[in-house]
Amino acid sequence: MNPSNGKGPISMASSSASWRVGDGVSDQFPAGLRVLVVDDDPTCLRILEKMLRTCLYEVTKCNRAETALSLLRGNKNGFDIVISDVHMPDMDGFKLLEYIGLEMDLPVIMMSADDGKNVVMKGVTHGACDYLIKPVRIEALKNIWQHVVRKRKNEWKDFEQSGSVEEDRQQKQSDEADYSSSANEGNWKNSKKRKDDEEESEERDDSSTLKKPRVVWSVELHQQFVAAVNQLGIDKAVPKKILELMNVPGLTRENVASHLQKYRLYLRRLSGVSQHPNNLNGSFMNPQEAAFGQLSSLNGLDLQALAAAGQLPAHSLATLQAAGLGRSTPKSSIHMPLVDQRNVFSFENPKLRLGEGQQQHMPSNKQMGLLHGIPTTMEPKQLANLQHTAQSIGNINMQINSQGGQSSQNNSLLMQMAQSQSRGQILGETAGGHVPRLPSTIGQPILTPDIGPNVSARNGIPENIRSTGYNPVSQTSSLLNFPMTPTSELSVNSYPLGNTSGVSSLPSKGSFQQDINSDIKGSVGFMPSFDIFNDLHQHKSQNWELENVGMTFDASRHSNSAQGSLDLAQSVLAHQGFSSGQMTGQNRNAAAIGSTMFSSNNGTEHGNAQNVGPHLNALLIDNQIRVKTETFHDSNPANIFPEHFGQEDLMSALLKQQEGIASAEHEFDFDGYSMDNISV
Amino acid sequence: MSQELQAPGIRHMFSRAYFCLPHAHRNHLQQQVASMRRSLFDQGYLDEQFIQLEELQDDANPDFVEEVVTLFYSDSARLIQSIEQALTSRPINFARLDDYMHQFKGSSSSIGAKKVRTACTPFGEYCSEENAEGCIRAFQQIKQEYATLKRKLETYFQMVK
Repeated sequence: MNPSNGKGPISMASSSASWRVGDGVSDQFPAGLRVLVVDDDPTCLRILEKMLRTCLYEVTKCNRAETALSLLRGNKNGFDIVISDVHMPDMDGFKLLEYIGLEMDLPVIMMSADDGKNVVMKGVTHGACDYLIKPVRIEALKNIWQHVVRKRKNEWKDFEQSGSVEEDRQQKQSDEADYSSSANEGNWKNSKKRKDDEEESEERDDSSTLKKPRVVWSVELHQQFVAAVNQLGIDKAVPKKILELMNVPGLTRENVASHLQKYRLYLRRLSGVSQHPNNLNGSFMNPQEAAFGQLSSLNGLDLQALAAAGQLPAHSLATLQAAGLGRSTPKSSIHMPLVDQRNVFSFENPKLRLGEGQQQHMPSNKQMGLLHGIPTTMEPKQLANLQHTAQSIGNINMQINSQGGQSSQNNSLLMQMAQSQSRGQILGETAGGHVPRLPSTIGQPILTPDIGPNVSARNGIPENIRSTGYNPVSQTSSLLNFPMTPTSELSVNSYPLGNTSGVSSLPSKGSFQQDINSDIKGSVGFMPSFDIFNDLHQHKSQNWELENVGMTFDASRHSNSAQGSLDLAQSVLAHQGFSSGQMTGQNRNAAAIGSTMFSSNNGTEHGNAQNVGPHLNALLIDNQIRVKTETFHDSNPANIFPEHFGQEDLMSALLKQQEGIASAEHEFDFDGYSMDNISV
Repeated sequence: MSQELQAPGIRHMFSRAYFCLPHAHRNHLQQQVASMRRSLFDQGYLDEQFIQLEELQDDANPDFVEEVVTLFYSDSARLIQSIEQALTSRPINFARLDDYMHQFKGSSSSIGAKKVRTACTPFGEYCSEENAEGCIRAFQQIKQEYATLKRKLETYFQMVK
């Protein structure tokens, strides 16, 4: 063994660092692979560490799952792969697996002395990329790098596919096509999310054979995009022309194509809630579709939120989705949505908003109704996705919120979110943590799977929420996860904290949440709307959908005023045709929330949403929002809104575009809808 | 003789003290160690995993095998105590016992403690059957195997040094 290699963590670090930055494939690869190994057995841990060092990997060991999680969270891009034992005293290995998948989207290898088929199957269904039987031999560890490469490759491929597919598709067709690409995207999203986050800033170049440069759809960029699309007309908007109109140097047709695809999904989702039934039905396809839809919607929302948040990488969304969707179904299905989500996020707020709104629609169809008790695979998955995304988004928010002073946190969180995200998403969240938070939180943070635990931990919301989300089928529970965070906040009441309150409220909402979960799934994107959601929940998530829709619209209207989010909601609502009057400050909040929350009125919304799409939602939301806004209103006085608004504007702009509002639904397939269903 | 020296572990283990001895002594000691090592494998106390550990030992970690085995002792002592406590508590928490069993199985297998690991299986079965009697008996067997192995390994490592 090479002494320098074997014992040079520092040298490894540098080599691994270069490995990471350089698109994942450096000359030394797989040497320098950064492995985190978790096992409560000190003997095994020491042996594994030595073996991994012998393989020239950079090893970090910890004997507790909680420690591992905090290590991972504290340094999101600090590890490439995780190896974890199944039986651990403080946390079940599968639970840790879920969290990691949702939040960081890292490949996780499970190991155990238990080689029973059930346990191994559990590992597979929870998304482990491999399962090792103890005692582990060094030969088994030598090849673990393949999982890292594979994940990245999938991400990249999905990215590619989504881009190329988009062009040829008509809007209608794209739904179908989306599925396939969504699946890819899902995968991609998952892995890419993480990757993207880390690498986004680093390299955009295609120096890496595995990675493609990633375009961040900033708010401004998205606005340009939307403007171009509007100019051309949504039906006539083809990537090439859009690209020309946008006239952004460095932007490729593929970038535009994939973005357009997502956008279309988002719009579709907004208007076409009808998709849900398919999705929800739980046929395998459905989940995918749902997931897809969710993803799309989520993507828009979540991605944006996430993107905005910068925390919830697409992958968290993806993971969420995946978790929701994937638990029961193969990850592939989830991947799709995830990918979308990711992209969506890149839109940042605007998309998010839309997504949220849309999701609301969608989820209601799919999930909401289903969630209540629909354990269809779809639902859980969707929810999961949603939850993921939402959670991720929410996590961001939630974490902040849950962390503690909800209000303070929320605000800070929101602020952060607002800042990091394209404001639009945060609409609800940042606003003051209360209302503003929701939107943003819902959209964004929700995604982080962590939210579940965080949230629950904080607020006391049972972790289940998160975990439920993850349970593939948990049907509502899984959905809940997603909503958990947001709902918890919402339910909590005043919302202001969104998270904190939400979280606490969640428990009460428990039942609610389930619905919400489903909704949330769809609305994952809404995460920010959680804040709103909370309020909404009170009203019964249905408003969610509407709200989202409303929100998005409003977003466009109002520009970054503090009330932005509110305005957005209002504008959206108004746009929708709601009684704008409602959009008063209070309404705004509500509206904002509503938009995110679009999920409101599961049943009704769906129907409405479908027809009217955003309008209906808006209306529905409007009512709900009103109620909500009032609550919010106090809570957040748009502190954070201003920041959000920027995004909101985009969102609303997007919403306006809505022709595809119906399609928005699709996007929200995943949990977003659940939000709606969550008849709070 | 030279064959027995093939094992990397032995070679490494001998690297320090070995060369200080006069040739004849070295041979003798080397023989002894080799033969003891072989018997540990032949009698089923150790299995191939132990060789994995030996192969991990290198100049950077010259006492790796002993270090890991020592970790195993301390961890096992803790586990044994927990199991005993669980067995004497009423009612017996079989789920927890099963957990302990899994831990013990995992750690003993990772150092190649073959007989100890094998003894865990009946213990696990009795746990799932919630057979307290069976558990107690099986646990006695585990403790016995563990004690025997520990004794032998301690002798072995002393020889190796």
